[in-house]
Amino acid sequence: MKRRLIATGAALALAIAFSTWLNQPELAAEDIAPATGASATLEQVTAGEYLTRAGNCGACHSAPGGVPFAGGRRIATPFGDVYSSNLTPDDETGLGRWSEADFYRALHLGQSRDGRLLSPAFPYTSTTKISRADSDAIFAWLRTLPPVAQVPPPSTLEFPYDSALALRVWRALNFRPAKAADIAAMDRGAYLVEALGHCGECHTPRGRLGGLQTASRLMGGPIASLGWDALPIAGPDPAESADRGDAERAALLKTGVSRRGAVSGPMSEVVFHSLQYLRDDDIAAITAYLRAQPLAAPPPAPRVPQVSAETAKAQRREGATIYREHCESCHGGEGQGRPSIYPALAGSRIVNAVSATNALRLTLAGGFPPSTEGNPQPYGMPPFSHQLKREQIAAVLTYIRSAWGNDAPPVSVIEVERQ
Amino acid sequence: MLHHDALLPSACRVSMRCLSTVTRWLAAGLLLIGSAARAAEPGTADPMTERLAACAACHGSEGRTVGDTYYPSIAGKPARYLYAQLVNFRDGRRQHTIMAAMLANLSDRYLGEIATFYARQPHAAQPVFDGATAEQLATGERLTRQGDPARKIPPCQACHGEALTGVEPAIPGLRGLPVRYLDAQISAWKQGARRATAPDCMGQIAKALTGAEITAISAWLASQPYAPDARPATSLPAPLPLDCGGVLP
Ligand code: HEC
Ligand code: HEC
Repeated sequence: MKRRLIATGAALALAIAFSTWLNQPELAAEDIAPATGASATLEQVTAGEYLTRAGNCGACHSAPGGVPFAGGRRIATPFGDVYSSNLTPDDETGLGRWSEADFYRALHLGQSRDGRLLSPAFPYTSTTKISRADSDAIFAWLRTLPPVAQVPPPSTLEFPYDSALALRVWRALNFRPAKAADIAAMDRGAYLVEALGHCGECHTPRGRLGGLQTASRLMGGPIASLGWDALPIAGPDPAESADRGDAERAALLKTGVSRRGAVSGPMSEVVFHSLQYLRDDDIAAITAYLRAQPLAAPPPAPRVPQVSAETAKAQRREGATIYREHCESCHGGEGQGRPSIYPALAGSRIVNAVSATNALRLTLAGGFPPSTEGNPQPYGMPPFSHQLKREQIAAVLTYIRSAWGNDAPPVSVIEVERQ
Repeated sequence: MLHHDALLPSACRVSMRCLSTVTRWLAAGLLLIGSAARAAEPGTADPMTERLAACAACHGSEGRTVGDTYYPSIAGKPARYLYAQLVNFRDGRRQHTIMAAMLANLSDRYLGEIATFYARQPHAAQPVFDGATAEQLATGERLTRQGDPARKIPPCQACHGEALTGVEPAIPGLRGLPVRYLDAQISAWKQGARRATAPDCMGQIAKALTGAEITAISAWLASQPYAPDARPATSLPAPLPLDCGGVLP
């Protein structure tokens, strides 16, 4: 009898503890001020448009070829696909019936108007740091869009990731709403990077369950769902001298190219849709903030297939020939590139990264930096997937990863095949 | 020791670049001697050629592909047609993974400049396709020239121009395209994998054709001798027999 009582009591205590643990994000939340019912001012709407750009909301909330902000873009996650929601003010399918308090609850707590918990594909670990005033301004701007009736396709998350319990567990592990005082204490650079820009959602590595590994904050790592690696962005740019570092990074963010580099992959989209529109003082605030961030622990080194010293030597020999034939006319005899036109390969972070993923993707598929006001007609790189065999791609990458002072492991044919 | 590079003018430090400048001048010289007047102003290399080296990897230099290839020639096609295709690839109405990725973050304005650049280039001289059967040639010619009024299929020429060299500013020519490409494109329309601005007249026509007819038309079109300097007609012979999106100004 007594034993059973103890067991019941223990089970009950455990259940309470678990549910308290599960509800941590909700328990940590501060009150959300109700909507005032006041109509938006012109300043709010104008500010809202700029803030929406800085947050790059449109990139995910617009489907390719679809109406901007009407949602329906497929967002791949390691657990299945989700589709972005419709942010136009349509009553039935968009934000038509929402108030600015509902909107702030979504950004701040990751909850929909009806209380449903939102998928963390919506980066509320960052948007929770957006101020109420900015949230209201973004909402005011979104309400000026023409309403479009469009329901996103249902998500294809696999069990158990599609369950409400899984979402609660994920939140308990990875999400705490930001405190108003902490939001107010952020300087402009911190606010643009951590809140609006949500840079850490890609540039901070994620653990197996998709949680941000804050011990490696802003140190880059693989973006599993996109198949690209995010570069480390904390601290000064090691490829640039101290006096030029900020200016070069600012150019890269604003125009897509710097003296020695160019953005590529998913970052091209960020520059194209968002960063090119930011004011110079905001870009400067971002670069100053990034430079000042401490270098945290690098993410765990990726496991790459080994290449024997002998093979690597043969690869370098063959790679040098391929380089002269196919690459040198643009990237230069010393891997120096051409300023603001062709990226330098000597000293490049992409070329020297332990994981060859980005270098491989660029070599196979080619591509253009974004066209921006500062660089309206970018120069493109041809795809080599059709011109070079896998062995040749591995060889030329092994070569550039060891030439001109570069120092990164050789690339095996298996890595090329995996792309 | 003085590095020998230091003795060269700075533009020549990168050997290939220097070499390519030399070749360019050489080429310019030869063109002048041969007075091949049609080749776009010799010596004044358009910087777009270099910007678009990525496209040349598949579409050939200045957009001319020749021979048995799937890659279509894009030189000399009407500018607005080319522009619409670039936007269609970028926005998913036409499918090609590498092209879509390349165009993803290019502005409408740059796409317009790219289209204009290729529209200005001389056509490629395509070899004539010689693999068509007599039956294919007969069916192909009949459908192209007369259509099939009973099935509401207008003659191709009604839109693509009397000489099938296209009509400015938005209807492409059907000459000088690889047979494989023609077949694949019309079939893609039939299956809905290629779409144009609505109303999509080509989709309507392709859906009315059978697979065998598409093959016959493609074979006939590719078998016709083709003058590479043919330009798109400047206006339509008569009003369009069907509505086509984005064609009229
Ligand atoms: C990897 C090879 C490849 C590269 C690189 C490439 N294309 Fe294409 N392009 C193709 C193929 C294949 C098609 C036909 C696709 C289809 O089946 O619809 C095509 C079609 C086109 C068309 C439509 C042609 C027509 O007649 O309808 C245009 C225009 C075009 N490409 C322009 C470009 C431009 C501009 C670039 C450079 C930015 C480029 N392409 C780069 C392979 C390529
Ligand atoms: C009612 C007008 C019309 C008729 C009739 C018509 N076309 Fe077209 N066609 C068009 C238009 C407009 C386009 C450009 C579509 C676009 O923007 O993608 C086109 C494009 C094409 C293309 C794509 C060319 C390329 O370079 O990719 C092919 C192939 C084609 N038509 C074949 C045919 C054939 C074959 C017929 C006759 C059976 C035909 N068309 C009849 C209007 C027409």
